[in-house]
Amino acid sequence: MELLTNQVLAGIATGAIYACMALAVVMIYQAIDHLNFAQGEMAMFSTFISWQLMQWGVPYWSAFLLTLAISFAGGILIERLLFKPLAKAPVLTNVAGFIALFAIVNSVAGLTWDFTIKQYPTPFGSAPFLGSQLISTHQAGMIGVTLLMLIGLYLFFQFTRIGLAMRAAAALPESARLVGVNTSWMIALGWGMASAIGAVAGILIAPVVFLEPNMMGGVLVYGFAAAVLGGLSSPLGAVIGGFLVGVFENLAGTYIPGVGNELKLPIALALIITVLVFKPAGLFGRAIVKRV
Amino acid sequence: MSATRRTVAFGAAVAAFVFTSTTALAQKKYDTGATDKEIKIGHIVPYSGPASAYGVIGKTEEAYFKMINDNGGINGRKISFVSYDDAYSPPKAVEQVRKLVESDEVLVVFNPLGTPSNSAIQKYLNAKKVPQLFVATGATKWNDPKHFPWTIGWQPSYQSEGRIYAKYLMKEKPDAKIAVLYQNDDFGKDYLKGLKDGFEGKASLIEESYEVSEPTIDSHIVKLKATGADVLISITTPKFAAQAIKKAAEIDWKALQIVANVSASVGSVLKPAGFENSQGLLSAAYAKDASDPQWQNDPGMQKFFAFLDKYYPEGDRLNSSVVYGYGAAQTLAKILEMCGDDLTRANIMKQAANLKDFTPDTLLPGVKINTSATDFAPIEQLQMMRFKGEKWDLFGDVISGEVGH
Amino acid sequence: MSAAAEDAVTEAPAAVEAVPKRAMTLGTGTSLVILAALLVTPMFVKNFVVFQMTMVMIYGIAVLALNILTGGSGQFSLGQSAFYALGAYTSAVLMENFNVNYALTLPIAGLVSFGAGYLFGKPALRLSGIYLALATFALAVAMPQLLKLHFLEHWTGGVQGLTVMKPDAPFGLPLGQDKWLYYFTLAISLAIYIGSVNLLRSRSGRAFMSIRDNEIAASAMGVDVAQYKTLAFGISAGITGIAGGLSAIVVAFVAPDSYTINLAIALFLGMVVGGVGWLPGSFVGAAFIIFVPNIAESISKGLSGAVFGVLLFLVIFLVPHGARQVAIVAQQMLGKLKKN
Repeated sequence: MELLTNQVLAGIATGAIYACMALAVVMIYQAIDHLNFAQGEMAMFSTFISWQLMQWGVPYWSAFLLTLAISFAGGILIERLLFKPLAKAPVLTNVAGFIALFAIVNSVAGLTWDFTIKQYPTPFGSAPFLGSQLISTHQAGMIGVTLLMLIGLYLFFQFTRIGLAMRAAAALPESARLVGVNTSWMIALGWGMASAIGAVAGILIAPVVFLEPNMMGGVLVYGFAAAVLGGLSSPLGAVIGGFLVGVFENLAGTYIPGVGNELKLPIALALIITVLVFKPAGLFGRAIVKRV
Repeated sequence: MSATRRTVAFGAAVAAFVFTSTTALAQKKYDTGATDKEIKIGHIVPYSGPASAYGVIGKTEEAYFKMINDNGGINGRKISFVSYDDAYSPPKAVEQVRKLVESDEVLVVFNPLGTPSNSAIQKYLNAKKVPQLFVATGATKWNDPKHFPWTIGWQPSYQSEGRIYAKYLMKEKPDAKIAVLYQNDDFGKDYLKGLKDGFEGKASLIEESYEVSEPTIDSHIVKLKATGADVLISITTPKFAAQAIKKAAEIDWKALQIVANVSASVGSVLKPAGFENSQGLLSAAYAKDASDPQWQNDPGMQKFFAFLDKYYPEGDRLNSSVVYGYGAAQTLAKILEMCGDDLTRANIMKQAANLKDFTPDTLLPGVKINTSATDFAPIEQLQMMRFKGEKWDLFGDVISGEVGH
Repeated sequence: MSAAAEDAVTEAPAAVEAVPKRAMTLGTGTSLVILAALLVTPMFVKNFVVFQMTMVMIYGIAVLALNILTGGSGQFSLGQSAFYALGAYTSAVLMENFNVNYALTLPIAGLVSFGAGYLFGKPALRLSGIYLALATFALAVAMPQLLKLHFLEHWTGGVQGLTVMKPDAPFGLPLGQDKWLYYFTLAISLAIYIGSVNLLRSRSGRAFMSIRDNEIAASAMGVDVAQYKTLAFGISAGITGIAGGLSAIVVAFVAPDSYTINLAIALFLGMVVGGVGWLPGSFVGAAFIIFVPNIAESISKGLSGAVFGVLLFLVIFLVPHGARQVAIVAQQMLGKLKKN
């Protein structure tokens, strides 16, 4: 029984990582209607920027805010320079563009900061949280920040003009334009916000997994899985999806005899696909009605 | 193409004309890739893809040979170092090695990295009789001169290191409950085999594997703690080793932790994991750690630092791959020197199997490279060490971890 | 408002563009010239170039298979490396453990992969777009882990992989191993290429394309959408499996590390660069994924990944529709020349 609680708690702690990343995934999906394979690498790069700022003596929170601003601007810049020209190209060509971006960011980070792992500070400390050794104060802080971002995003998309305009631009670009939404800039804005959220995710994840150019490779797979499980159109779904994936993966690894530990990721992915077969839009996503 | 033994008559004649000393009488022998002016060395390593962290080894070696060339080369010949990217993919490794041998016409393929890539090219190179020299992997299978006379290893095998830990534990903690966390690939599996062989069935191990694609291994540590084990053998690569050390401390698991040599770097593993969490850690080493303060004034390491300053200033001293590349390159330089003017592939293998008590600058005091016609495992010695304060304390004898074939 | 008006043309394109079936192939004359070039070239180049060309054809077959799935039936897959691995391991295990002749292992590899693809296609039926991409992505991520499973180790060699004997030319033909395997691969590529062209021109091919262009309309016209979609998955997987089997024979080694997600991504890039839906482009795309990393590396070792990314961006900026676009432009220019 103790093992079960332990694994569930450890799963929630890891799930927070996935949830963070999944939020960034949902954000970009809301803006551009597909997934950005370079998202994890962009988050990693942002994290390195904040690390570099701190190396130069900038205090943690200033570095944090500066990084958010840089990432936001960087996201917009990438969209304007690289993906706006591809707006008329087929979707698959855009996906190839994400892969190219992935390769560029990863390689530049490797050359600039080397591949040795780096310690990344946390503002929350890493003492046991509420007496449980399984969740540290950092992980609790991470869950807290994720929930805050979730609430923020929810309010943004439900109640602000610009948030509503973004949703409209992604879902029905033509109709959105008719009511006066500048869809092109909405996409750029979406890139900026996704990039900034990714930066927060990276900064929260780095103290756990250590900072290095490949730190997001594994995380992104889980982030996608979590976002898809929860429903790509729902930030709440993405966060819940993250925790579910984290917990389920641990339980599969611990309790499925024989192959459980060796195959915990495939088993978790298989479960997600099974869920999708029955709920094609994810657990919390809206079903899409196709028009002829 | 068998080893085309070209005696460059013209070159020899010119040489005989220039030098009237006895060296001119010694016959010069060359295979493809060697001339009076140049020795062409082929190399593959992942510069791109998920294992690109190892690309540093290639860059270090390139810088090392630049230093050799600036100092006049080896026996008057410059080294031309041709290094290609195999992206850690076996099919790509085959393509690049064939390009090196058939198009660039290199004399040897030196220090190719990774067990899968080396397995993929081994048959080809042995059929072509091209030396597969000092492979950069610790699998035990490279020491097989009978079946693969053109393949030779360099670093201690993973299995022999595993045996050393097993022997230590049987002696010092015979009643320990031992947990093993290993990476589910050739590296982890080979180590595990060494451990099991070392225990000779006298201890039951609690085994737990993880995949490199996992973002964190926290849950494995939680699971292993729950087994009540009091020893953790961590057969992990640097990032995961640091995570394991940190997590074990966070959840207050006070097991004796042994960390594999690949992850024993002070600067790039223990410091990020936290020195306070690393106290009492055990490992074994064959090379000096550039980030360990005890070697700052060591003559060998001073040479190494001087090399870094001049030829590879962007190289990260904390990165153990830099130390590795330096040592491997120095070993190659040594055997090329030993070859003299007989730069045939056969003679290179002969000299590589004829190293006696050779000590590159970066190896621990007492660790020596010895090879023979039946022993293709250059470095076989390791010394146990314990982490204290901010450095490793070596203890016990230098142990030979020979693995019989 | 003016900006919005300008952007009115940026209508979100359909997932996969409609390519008319006539535009999917090359003209007879061009095809024959290329074939003749392919037959003669090995006589004049070094063995390793022959080996590279063989690899281009093998990857070309795999990209072609993806093209049938995506360009033909409009389904997207990032999991082709899984079927490629399945084919490669089937061939390798049969050759090494059961002493089956290498040529005979290929149809078996194809059948095994076809079966796996068909079965995978069943549940995948309910998924489309991004969800299908994730499902296939999951398959690609899972495959190396499955190959490493300890209870399969006896056959697969586990993490160490399997070394395969490279076959010699039969009937005492005066050809080296590399040249023989080149012609062997060329024959198979040709057969698969012609077969695929005919498939897309057949009743099934038209059914695929109707699904690609509009699933609901296709179903209204009486096309059994479910049946044809799974069939497309199966056929694509089967052909990929044959490519995998060939690669096991030519590379003479299989290991889990050969078939990671990176392979699936490379095959996908090959399809985009070659032009989605244009079958001859598959081989252009295959050449891209083999040679461009080499070029990138020769420009900068430390930044080879970045250089590759930049080159890829250049290609998709200049020709967003891949090699197909180049071919169309070339054709139009030729047409103009003829008229003059």
